[in-house]
Amino acid sequence: MSGTRVSLAGTRIDTAQTIRFSFNGRDYTGHPGDTLASALLANGVRRMARSFKYGRPRGIIGAGAEEPNALVQLGTGALTVPNIKATQAELYDGLVANPTSGWPSLDFDLKSVLGRGSRFMPAGFYSKTFKWPRKLWPLYETVIRKFAGFGSAPTEADPERYDHLHHHVDVLVVGGGACGLLAALQAGQAGLKTLLLDEQNELGGWLLSDTTAQIDGRNSEAYIRAVRAALQDLPHVTVLTRTTAFGMYEQNLVQAVELVQDHLAPTQRNADMPRHRLHKIRAHHVVLATGAIERPLVFGNNDLPGVMTVSAGQTFLQRYGVLVGKAIVLCGTSDLVHDAAELLASAGAKVTVADVRHGAKARSNRYTVMAGYGIAEAHGRGEVSSVRLVPLHAERDEAAGPGTTLACDAVLSSGGLSPTVHLFCHDGGRPVWDESVAAFVVPRTGRKGVACVGAVTGTFELADALAQTTQAMQSVLTSLGKSATLVVPACPSPQRMAARPMFRLPDGKAEGAGAKAFVDYQNDVSAADIELAVRENYHSIEHVKRYTALGFGTDQGKLSNVNGFVITARALKRPVSEVGTTTYRPAYTPVSLGALAGTMREECFDPSRYTAIHASHMARQAALEPVGQWLRPWYFPKPGEDMHAAVNRECLAARNGVAVMDASTLGKIQIDGPDAREFLNRIYSNAWSQLAVGKCRYGLMLDENGMVMDDGVTACIEPDQFYMTTTTGGAARVLNWLERWHQTEWPELKVWMTSVTDHWSTVALVGPKARAVLAKLCPDIDLSPENFKFMDWRAGTVCGLPARVFRISFSGELSYELNVESGYGQALWEAVMEAGAEFDITPYGTETMHVLRAEKGFIIVGQDTDGSMSPLDLDMAWAVGMKKPFSFLGKRSLARSDTARAGRKQLVGLLPEDPHAVLIEGAQIMQSAVAQPDGNNRMLGHVTSSYYSAFLGRSIAMAVVAGGLERKDQTLHVHAHGKVTPVKVSGSVFVDVKGDRQNV
Amino acid sequence: MFLMHCPHCGELRDEEEFSYAGEAYIPRPAQPETVDDATWGDYVFFRKNPKGWFWEQWQHTAACRKVLAVKRNTATYEIAGTWTLADAKPLYLADLDREVKA
Repeated sequence: MSGTRVSLAGTRIDTAQTIRFSFNGRDYTGHPGDTLASALLANGVRRMARSFKYGRPRGIIGAGAEEPNALVQLGTGALTVPNIKATQAELYDGLVANPTSGWPSLDFDLKSVLGRGSRFMPAGFYSKTFKWPRKLWPLYETVIRKFAGFGSAPTEADPERYDHLHHHVDVLVVGGGACGLLAALQAGQAGLKTLLLDEQNELGGWLLSDTTAQIDGRNSEAYIRAVRAALQDLPHVTVLTRTTAFGMYEQNLVQAVELVQDHLAPTQRNADMPRHRLHKIRAHHVVLATGAIERPLVFGNNDLPGVMTVSAGQTFLQRYGVLVGKAIVLCGTSDLVHDAAELLASAGAKVTVADVRHGAKARSNRYTVMAGYGIAEAHGRGEVSSVRLVPLHAERDEAAGPGTTLACDAVLSSGGLSPTVHLFCHDGGRPVWDESVAAFVVPRTGRKGVACVGAVTGTFELADALAQTTQAMQSVLTSLGKSATLVVPACPSPQRMAARPMFRLPDGKAEGAGAKAFVDYQNDVSAADIELAVRENYHSIEHVKRYTALGFGTDQGKLSNVNGFVITARALKRPVSEVGTTTYRPAYTPVSLGALAGTMREECFDPSRYTAIHASHMARQAALEPVGQWLRPWYFPKPGEDMHAAVNRECLAARNGVAVMDASTLGKIQIDGPDAREFLNRIYSNAWSQLAVGKCRYGLMLDENGMVMDDGVTACIEPDQFYMTTTTGGAARVLNWLERWHQTEWPELKVWMTSVTDHWSTVALVGPKARAVLAKLCPDIDLSPENFKFMDWRAGTVCGLPARVFRISFSGELSYELNVESGYGQALWEAVMEAGAEFDITPYGTETMHVLRAEKGFIIVGQDTDGSMSPLDLDMAWAVGMKKPFSFLGKRSLARSDTARAGRKQLVGLLPEDPHAVLIEGAQIMQSAVAQPDGNNRMLGHVTSSYYSAFLGRSIAMAVVAGGLERKDQTLHVHAHGKVTPVKVSGSVFVDVKGDRQNV
Repeated sequence: MFLMHCPHCGELRDEEEFSYAGEAYIPRPAQPETVDDATWGDYVFFRKNPKGWFWEQWQHTAACRKVLAVKRNTATYEIAGTWTLADAKPLYLADLDREVKA
């Protein structure tokens, strides 16, 4: 026998409507308001899963987020989601769900065959097996991976949307049960901007499962309705249901995920609304009313389908009208078990309560009590059919006799309540063991800015909780400047018999000798496993967790952790308070990646930056390359050209005719002030004191360890003003670097820096015919080589625009970089293209730029350098001004023994013996052709830049090689992807070694 | 995602606006050429790594670009205060003094 639907007052389902759904390939019906779990139970379905290690049949244990077993694959195709807890899946018409475990099927699981050898598979067994032989590790991994895990990830792109919403509120109340409702009402009525969140589909919390509560003369349902209506009338109060606060962070930042449309059938969802919404909430005051979760008792075979918690049994009946069995045995440690027994009996079940307390009595004659008894183990094939109850010793946790067997079709156990402390502990704090309530609780006083009320503090009685809430809210109001005096709602305080805390029920045998007693269901961790961990000398609770896997899993130990901590403490013979808990970390329950990403996907993942000239490049069919966030033209293919053909053509045009490139992305920093020159002397390795107005110089920037970190040309605009360029990717980093040094080390220097990267567009006009083109556009600058030399700059007018013309070259050819106010960039580019048309002007991109500079041996910081190359390693001693009076950044480090030692990697050129072999960048360089390294045959370095040079008609490369500058003309071997390429070490300048071409 | 008060902007701003700039008040040797490799290496590479209160620099890179001094507890993330570099220097020196005496 198993679950049935019964008619009961106060349920939350709509029995007038019927919903169709399917699970594991079979069709069923349910009602609006059902969860998948309640509907399945109503249909008599119990077996939901197969356990992780042993393949044991498993069923539903809880009714909410604490559920460890009933994980389902919800939905199909692009919308499928793995590992949704059936207890949290709201039922909709047409819902399709499948189990996530059991192979080949739920009914017959191959792993359960293995499970018969469970003696050989205790906790940690895989750390001791699968070690030998080593070459089988890949096979072991494939097989183990097949067995491990639940569910399948979607294989299609997610078509749904997600977004983020930010809130700034006075009071955030987490939890919409009795205390949370009261707190939100009191805050809202005091005029505070309030946000109330609840994980469930409707407000009420435990009041939805216990209709007998009386608050201010109203029963549960009436109270919830009244408060909900009152909150709705308050304009500055927002209520969000289906919203789980999953993490609490510094300064009262709370993140919550709202399941906006998961409860609707996919065809009913609004495509304009997100599926999940991530709420980021900053609150002056957070009120945690997160309640508590009941933990089960630990006994033999407690994992049989049909064994659940008492609160689950009560909730399925009261909220969903589902009676989980006809002959139910309850076992509990407190009066909680009698509340449930009354309800279940009145719905028609035959109810027996095994109350571990010797003096316990039934509240009515509707059910039977066996006082002083506990469950030794449950029995059944595939589901529970009986339990063995044993009499308990009055003081010690021991069986006092063999006991009796009782037939039953459902077993509900209650070990007491575990406060949901997680959010409070996300700052790294731990809850405290309160012996008086046998629970880990948060302090009633909360902490600055965070108030804790109700069951989360161990205040389990409603009347006390409401009084506590009112007192806490009074303080919150005062701290937020509100003077209202709050009144505690009236609520009766029933007499309660003291609880008898028990955790692992005795079965009269040594631990591990009897039936397996599970602590963590999702990870198949038994009480015996925990004792094994302690015997193997794992004494920290964090180690016990990792060794056994206690608390791993999608339920994160909500039912298992406290039982596990207590069993550990008993095994260690130490107080529970000393053993403590493991660390609490966000997220409280799983959050979809979509919710975290929000709208930051595809084009919105990262900003894309384009220069003002971009439209011109697109019109010319440029292929684009990302450089940092910039999208730059990579090459400009003509119809029928591949990249190599385009780049070869562009390179030849730049060296033989005239070519043009958009260089606007380079970082530009304007440096002003009477001490600007001194500042440059300190942050660059080379000398700036003699740089006159109208002149440019290449600057090399070192970090304090003497390694090259950036480079660029800097021009002297006025005696007190310099115009610095940096690499495209380094612009922001360099500006921060300069600011830090100025502000922290040399604040007495009168200098200030302005980022002007976006202020200027730069068009580089390159090639022997560049002057001819520029002459057509520029009437007022004397372009003659005697009067406008290489490394000069001039101000003038270029195609009617005020411009700065820098005669600098990254290609080694005659080259002018034209700078105009950025908005005019495109006009300048088009004018240059038009003026250059008669010379067959060729636009080129970053690939050609890379080839041209490599032919000249110019480094690209970040490609030929990696933060470990000094200027001497790069053969750039000429850029180091050792005679400068100030010890510039990096200078002292050049003399460090490691920086100055012999045998360091040095920048050289490589010429493959086969002139058409283009080396792979990153390839390793070794002395010999033999790939296997040994004592004498080591990696000497690697290829940093490698290209085919159309100008030379052969391949070239730059590389860093140990002692490279001493290896000229040596033959080395480059290894990559199993291929070996012999190369000759050469100088790193391949074209125009004397440097004449840029001087014409 | 914590908030910090920028002493220059005069406002509480989100962590995302700032860039971390390491340990504060590390003096660069005035005559680098006169210190040995060990001392120089100490300055370039070694940093205090306390579990507890730490004086550090943050830069308000997304806004005023000024460097500020922050006294932060590396274990609890509590921020004792944020100041301009000049304002915090005497407080930092007083802390150093106390440390030495203790």
